[in-house]
Parts: sequence; structure tokens; C-alpha cells
Amino acid sequence: MASKKKTDAKGEARSVRTAGDPALDREMLQSMLLQRRFEEKTGEAYALGKVGGFCHLYIGQEAVSTGIISQLRPDDYVIGTYRDHGQALARGVAPRAVMAELFGRIDGCSRGKGGSMHMFDRHTNFLGGHGIVGSHVPLGAGVGFAIKYRGGDQVCVCFMGDSVVNIGAFHEALNMAALWKLPVLFVIENNRYGMGTSVERAAAVDDLSRRADGYKGMDGIVIDGMDVHSVREAAAKAIARARTESLPSLLEIRTYRFRGHSMSDAVSGTYRSKDELEEYQTMDPVFSLRDAMVIAGTLTVAEWEQMEKDVAATVQDAWDFADQSPEPPAGALYEDVLVDTTS
Amino acid sequence: MPIITYREALNQALREEMSRDDRVYLMGEEVGVYNGAYKVSKGLLEEFGENRVVDSPIAELGFAGIGVGSAMAGLRPVIEFMTWNFALLAIDQVVNSAAKMLYMSGGQFNVPIVFRGPNGAALQLGAQHSQAFESWLAHIPGIKVLSPGTPYDAKGLLKSAIRDDNPVVVLEGEMLYNTKGEVPDHEYLIPLGKADRKREGGDCSIITSGKMALVAMQVADQLAKEDIHVDVIDLLTIRPMDVEAIYESVRKTNRAVVLEEGWEICGIGAQVVDFIQRECFDDLDAPVIRVHQADVPMPYAKNLEKIAKPDAAKTIAAVKQVMYRS
Repeated sequence: MASKKKTDAKGEARSVRTAGDPALDREMLQSMLLQRRFEEKTGEAYALGKVGGFCHLYIGQEAVSTGIISQLRPDDYVIGTYRDHGQALARGVAPRAVMAELFGRIDGCSRGKGGSMHMFDRHTNFLGGHGIVGSHVPLGAGVGFAIKYRGGDQVCVCFMGDSVVNIGAFHEALNMAALWKLPVLFVIENNRYGMGTSVERAAAVDDLSRRADGYKGMDGIVIDGMDVHSVREAAAKAIARARTESLPSLLEIRTYRFRGHSMSDAVSGTYRSKDELEEYQTMDPVFSLRDAMVIAGTLTVAEWEQMEKDVAATVQDAWDFADQSPEPPAGALYEDVLVDTTS
Repeated sequence: MPIITYREALNQALREEMSRDDRVYLMGEEVGVYNGAYKVSKGLLEEFGENRVVDSPIAELGFAGIGVGSAMAGLRPVIEFMTWNFALLAIDQVVNSAAKMLYMSGGQFNVPIVFRGPNGAALQLGAQHSQAFESWLAHIPGIKVLSPGTPYDAKGLLKSAIRDDNPVVVLEGEMLYNTKGEVPDHEYLIPLGKADRKREGGDCSIITSGKMALVAMQVADQLAKEDIHVDVIDLLTIRPMDVEAIYESVRKTNRAVVLEEGWEICGIGAQVVDFIQRECFDDLDAPVIRVHQADVPMPYAKNLEKIAKPDAAKTIAAVKQVMYRS
């Protein structure tokens, strides 16, 4: 295994590794790079008014979605927050469908009715982007409840931001998940800020993984969220635990977002400094893996450039597709309020 | 026909539907070992086991959300709230999760869930335990809202609610659990969205639902002795509302009183009056009058509570007023 040594903001030694499996490394790099370039394009589309509403970019956190989701089976479930574009892409929702959703078009993965915060895809068991902080954590536990009820061996991954640990729904869901031994991974994407409020200013215990101590049988794990293989290894263990023993885990993945909370705030200068941002940018999860692969001799500059070109083409295709997709017809307004079926 | 209590009727509905479909489960506080705070789930734990009759911690927001999540993954939960007053802690899951999921997923994820429990005032339970939430819930597109007043209606509507593929809210009456009525031996369903004419008359319509339907029937029986014949329309389903039944009745009687348990401002009656003025304006011989709870939090003192609640005497006065009788 090759590694590229780095030091994180707290001065702790850290390293981004390759997997020692060039094909796997390439797959991870490709997945993360797609999210990165897709989100940059989303930012452009937002500036042009093609994307509206609230829009929260995933840039900087790609190792979390890719690392966790790449360990799942197709019949597992994923549920998350309003910062959901990256997770949808990592789960295999077509970039065209995600971009068309952002554009509010009929070919969007939620038929243009969800928007940035509400990506859904039944085919990949992607149970949504949810817009009320903490509210979806019980939903994730409920999916685990359904799995166990049916005697299945799937798992549910429930992504959430660091601010979620302070809301009641988090406690209620984790308590019942531990009490009833539900096969759920509660994944905290600790990007250090709930909007503009740092974890230290919001959580009385800011070592978030320790929240697991309150729930018997729940593992609490801290993971370097800038290293996709660290995320993958931790995910594999937690998934196995959920699948075979039906036990929940709490994964605190330490990451960072390189953009503002949403499209409406400054990247730095108010609640966090430019220095801090730049320090984290040296740990960029995408480029760290790329560099480690180059050092390991499993990726040439030419191969990287080709990957960039391919991803750029995919993202441009998604944009073109979304741009040409029709708006939902006016008749769609009253569709999907209720279904007219019974069982 | 057997005569059973409202409580037993609900119990039968749960038992029959859980026997019919093994995706149906019951979750809530005290539903299992304790047999239900109001004994609606009596005997179900013994019959169906702890996987399907699930005692939850006191955590309305959490277990309501677990219900929604499990419904997205293919189950058909019945979530019992010990009272709708406590359900306010879970209203986010009803409004933001259950009611929105189908729409914001572009039709991909329906949520077949029932939220049920007692609603409205009982006796001297004070301000926090004496509230009727029909209008709050009926305001929200994406859910159906039921308010059964009799054992027959409670059973038939709950069975239909459990089979419905949408989120359905069932507002039971805390004071109704011990009331009795005829319920047939054979299986039956009551369609959602259809009102029921509880009394036939040509002089005045009373449009109502739930516990107030019983009051309206008392009123009709009493006024019949004075040769005033009231048409009692029990909505049964508040959303979607059977507006045709309202129009038909009002076009016949030309006068209407709207009777509800909740407060006046933005209440169910306000909506019913709006429907009537839009479609039956030329049919009316008098302004429509509303009977409802006084616009105050419910007091504890017995005398004040009585004054605050809508009742038969107030409804009779309202009927006489719209008929210009004294």
C-alpha cells in the first residue's frame, strides 16, 4: 500500500492511502471526481438561474458518500439530508436525472417536484433527501425496522450532518434502533459547522461519536473523512455488523465542505477563516487519492487527464439533457398528492 | 345485530386487518403489555406477538418517523398516539414526512400509514389534554383525515384506512370508547370521502362529524318532538370532504348549522360555510351558523368547561336561530 502523508488541522498525522488495488482505486477516484465536477457545474447553473431554491453543494465531502455507498448492495437502502446530490450520484442515480431535477424538469429523478433537497430514486432504494434537520433519522430507523420485520439482511444507511446530534429526533431514533437492534448505519458527516455554528458552539459533547455511549450495543467510531479507503473500511465493518448481527452503528466521519453552507453564503470570512479552509483544502479527498495513486505508480498523468475529460463530458451531457428536458406539464400540479389505490 | 363498544369496534378492525395482511403492525405507547392506554389493542399482543404489536418508548416524534420509514420500505404501520395532544410532538412526521413523500418524490414513494388515537376534550382534563385537531390536520394536502362517531363507523373506516395506500389520520373520540352501537357480524368497509346522513329531515341541515355527530343526533331527536326535522350530515371523512352530500342537504333544507368540537378561527366549519356560500348561495334562507368550542384554552373547572364546549343546547339554539324560531 502506498500512502501520502499529511497532517490535519489539529496537527495529527494522517495519510491517504491507495487500496493496493488499482481498479478499485480508479473506481473510487472516478466516483468522487464525478461528484466534484457535477457540483461545480451545479454552482454554475445556480449562478445562471437554471437551478433555484436552496442548494447545498457537496464539494469536499465526496469520500464520505463514495466510501460508504460503494460498500452497499443494490437492495440496501440510503436516506439522507438536503445535501444530497453527491449521495444520489454515488448511489448510481443517473447524472442526467439529478441535473434535470435541479433544473426542475420532468426527467428529473423526482419528476421536477423535489428539487435540490429532495432527490429520490426507487430503483436504487434512494429514499430521499430530506429538508428538516433531524427529521429523517427516525425514518432511517424505520427502514431498519422494516428490514428486521421481514427477516431480511439488508442494511439502511442514514446520512446526517453534525448539527443533527443536537435535535431530539436523533436521540429518539438511536435509542429505538439500539433497543430493537435495527440494522442501520447512522453516518454523521461532521463537516464542523451546522450552517455557520461550529460543533464546539452547538454540542455540549463535541466528540460526536461518543453519543453512541448512550445506547447499548451501538458502536461509535471516528473516521477520517478525507480518506475514502478509511471510510470504506469502517463502512465494511459496520455494514457486516448490521447485516449479520442486526446491530446499529454510529459513524462520525470527519470531513469538511469547501463551499458555503448553501449558495447564499460566503465560503469563508464569517464563521470560519480562509486559513482554515485552505488548510483543509490541502487534504482534499479527491486529489489526495489521485496523488497517492500517482506516487504508487497506478495512475499516470495521461490517465488522470483522460478521467477528467470523461467526467467533464458526463457532466456536460447531464447539463445538456437537463436543459432540453421539458418542464413538468401544468397537469402535473395535482398529480402525486395521493394515490388512488388500496391494498 | 351485535351491540358493541366503540373500543371493541376499533379492536375488531385492527384484529381483522392484522389477520388479513401480515405487513400491518401496531406501534405506540402501551399498546402491547398494557393492552392499550384505552384498551383499544386489548389481546392483540397475545394474538400477534411482539413483532407486530410494538410497545414504544415515550417518543412520539421518533416512533411516528419509524412508522413512516417502515412504510416507505413496504410495511403498513398503524401508529397509535395516546392522544392527539401528544401527537403534536410528532406533527413534523405527519406533515413534513408522511404527507409530502409521494409528491416530493414525484410519485415514487407512497406512505401507507395510519396515525390514530383519541382527539378532543374528555372531562376536566385541562388545557393541554382537551383539544380537537381536525382543522390542523385537514389543512394539509397529502393526507386523509377521518373522524368517526359511532362503533359502526369506527370499525368500517379504520379498516378502510389500513387498506388505503396513503397516510390516513383517524381522530377517535376519547369520550366515545365506551359508547355502544350496532356492528354487524359480517365484514364491511366504509369508503373514505363519503358522508353519511344520520338523520333525515327537511327543515335544517346540521353538518358535523365525530363525537359531535352524536350530539347532532340527540338534537334531531329532541327537535323532532317540536316538529322540527333536521338533516344530520356526518362527514365521517374531513379530508377529502364529501361536498356533494353537503350541497344536496342544504339545497333541500335551505338552512344549515355547522357543528364541530374545535375552535372557531379557521375551523372546519369555516371551510364548510365557504363551500356552502359558493355553491348554495341562492338556496339559503338564512345565514349559516356555526357551533364550536369557545375561543379559549379548555378550563379545568367543571362549570367553565361546560360553558366552553359545544353541546346539544347550543346546537338547538342555533337551529332555531337559522329557522327564525324562538
